[in-house]
Amino acid sequence: MGVLTVLIPIAIGLAIVAILGYLWAVKSGQFDDLDTPAHRVLFDDDDQEERNKRHES
Amino acid sequence: MKVEKFTYDDAIVRKFMWATLIWGFVGMLVGVLIATQLAYWKLNLGLPWTSFGRLRPLHTNAVIFAFAGNAIFAGIYYSSQRLLKARMFSDLLSKVHFWGWQLIIVLAAVTLPLGLTTSKEYAELEWPIDILITLVWVAFAVNFFGTIFKRRERHLYVAIWFYISTILTVALLHIFNSLSSPVGLTIMKSYPIYAGVQDALVQWWYGHNAVAFFLTTPFLGLMYYFMPKAAEGPVYSYRLSIIHFWSLIFLYIWAGPHHLLYTSLPDWAQTLGMLFSLMLIAPSWGGMINGLFTLRGAWWKLREDPILKFMVVAITHYGMSTFEGPMLSIKSLNMLSHYTDWTISHVHGGALGWNGFLTFGMIYWLVPKLYGKPVFSKKLMNVHFWIGFLGILIYMLSMYISALTQGLMLLAIDEEGYLQYPNFVETVLTIIPFYWFRTIGGLLYLGGVVLMIYNVAKSVAGVKDLKDTEAEAAPFERKPLLGKFHSRLEAKPVQFSILALIAVIIGGLVEYIPLRDSVIRSNVTTIASVKPYTPLEVEGRDLYIREGCVSCHSQMVRPLRAETERFGEYSKAGEFVYDHPFLFGSKRTGPDLHRIGGKYPNSWHLTHMENPRMVEGSIMPAYPWLLTNDLDLDQLQDKLKALRAVGVPYSDEEIEQAVELATAQAEEIGKDLENAGFAGYSDKEISALIAYLQRLGTDIKGETP
Repeated sequence: MGVLTVLIPIAIGLAIVAILGYLWAVKSGQFDDLDTPAHRVLFDDDDQEERNKRHES
Repeated sequence: MKVEKFTYDDAIVRKFMWATLIWGFVGMLVGVLIATQLAYWKLNLGLPWTSFGRLRPLHTNAVIFAFAGNAIFAGIYYSSQRLLKARMFSDLLSKVHFWGWQLIIVLAAVTLPLGLTTSKEYAELEWPIDILITLVWVAFAVNFFGTIFKRRERHLYVAIWFYISTILTVALLHIFNSLSSPVGLTIMKSYPIYAGVQDALVQWWYGHNAVAFFLTTPFLGLMYYFMPKAAEGPVYSYRLSIIHFWSLIFLYIWAGPHHLLYTSLPDWAQTLGMLFSLMLIAPSWGGMINGLFTLRGAWWKLREDPILKFMVVAITHYGMSTFEGPMLSIKSLNMLSHYTDWTISHVHGGALGWNGFLTFGMIYWLVPKLYGKPVFSKKLMNVHFWIGFLGILIYMLSMYISALTQGLMLLAIDEEGYLQYPNFVETVLTIIPFYWFRTIGGLLYLGGVVLMIYNVAKSVAGVKDLKDTEAEAAPFERKPLLGKFHSRLEAKPVQFSILALIAVIIGGLVEYIPLRDSVIRSNVTTIASVKPYTPLEVEGRDLYIREGCVSCHSQMVRPLRAETERFGEYSKAGEFVYDHPFLFGSKRTGPDLHRIGGKYPNSWHLTHMENPRMVEGSIMPAYPWLLTNDLDLDQLQDKLKALRAVGVPYSDEEIEQAVELATAQAEEIGKDLENAGFAGYSDKEISALIAYLQRLGTDIKGETP
């Protein structure tokens, strides 16, 4: 089962990458606001008509 | 603040969308064909290129990498640009990604029926295509991360996180599982650097994570984008989606060993795989609930909108599959389900229900956005939904019944302690009716796809002058990640890709060499009587791989009373140390072959390969070409060298005299066949295959030197 000496470091390496990614996300304020992103995704501005309407209002 | 105007690349999304539809049809058509081959063996058509063993990997590769793959890319290219408020990093890389991926699919469709396969499930493609996959994936990765770098939106929506994990993990899995020793630079044949149990562990570490990071995380990203879009409301809980993502990726990576329960894999590794699989229920169901509850307060829309119907059924299937998966990972249930149609039912619940239906919903939603015209017929969409849904139900129910029936029959022990159904074929014949039902289910599902292609084609007919969507957003001022050099590089996609590729190649080599040596060292046999295959047996084994025998025959007798009674002594890890690749198999349409060696005379195998109907009721395809094809030993020396490179201890003399040794053994078999009344087979492929089959599982019976 020598292959485990490879698989375990890879898994740990992946986990470290994930942890770094998570820490970066927290530190850079990715998770400061967990409400508006869910709504913002609904307004992609890809509908020309919709956008004009919002600009007017 | 200054507002920038830019456009989204919609043309690339349209390309991926059409590729999804076309390859989906092809892959599912092959699926229906091979499903029916099991019910009616004559559909193997008596040709090498159309027999089940060769077409089965074509089906799995086509539906996973061609259908689901193109669907993922369509969704990612559409949603990422909008979520990041930026056009894709490089239009050229987008095109390289698209055309490169289609080229890979075409190469797969050509090589797999030709029998050019590694036999490792979902990683069957041979080494040159593996390298091409790596190149295209790097192009995709650079394009995607480049888009993240030049984004105008600070926050990375949860879908983007799912895409990132997909791209990184798939790259890693693909490279590690595909490390192999090619027979020659112009030869489409290689041997994995791992052997036996280790190869099995790496393969299922890959195989399970292929499901996790190719069929789950990208689709969850799509769900988190397209479900709120279709429902016209925000996701139920954005906070939960973040928790869903992080908990899922931390747990997924170690669930692989649940594919190897009761095999020769060390017990503790099996238990670890089982535990991680059970833990996966929590994040998976969190995600499912999050997806479904996006419709809170708007359930009435389900009545009106076929797109939502597709998506809700998809998410429900995600929930069911991620419940069933952990249950099947429990050893006592796995004992029954493993090697039976339960596995088939489980994957199709996920594939047809979750991946398929989410894709259909997404494409119906995309068509108006991409072409500026509504979908031609809502009625046809509804028909598609209902026949597809019915197809899934019929498919899965028939497979459940078939699995339970055969699984229980195979394990049944009578009062005297003997097998209640000693004849394997009897258990197969019992479930044939359900194979017919499965064909009906598959045809209904395929019919739905045909309707969809018609409907989409009708919707977009006559649309001209397609323009990219215009958008505007304020730039997001970001500090360059690695100083000036990097920010200059970010503006040069092609150079960036080449540098990234060089990094991947160096990384691959750095991993490959020490890995190869460490794996080889630990491959030292623990059973003294287990010896490497003879040159002829190596050729025979390659024929076994070429014909895809592993699709239907396992080589792993589990330590269960019913199995040792039926097949013989249970399999031990030390018996597989020279098996590059491992051939444990994961489905028994036919009986296990690990103890087949010496069970029947050579002439039995010859007659059986020519006409499997000598076993009454057998559904195995015939392999008459093995009796007529000349045995080709041209590559034999190179093969032995490639095997020696990965640690099989062949001596210089053995490699030197490989052809003579093989010919001598083939003549011996030929003589034995001649005595039984079958003359003239010593120089045919069948003699090599017989040599291999007769060797299987016999080493531990031998004398210790």
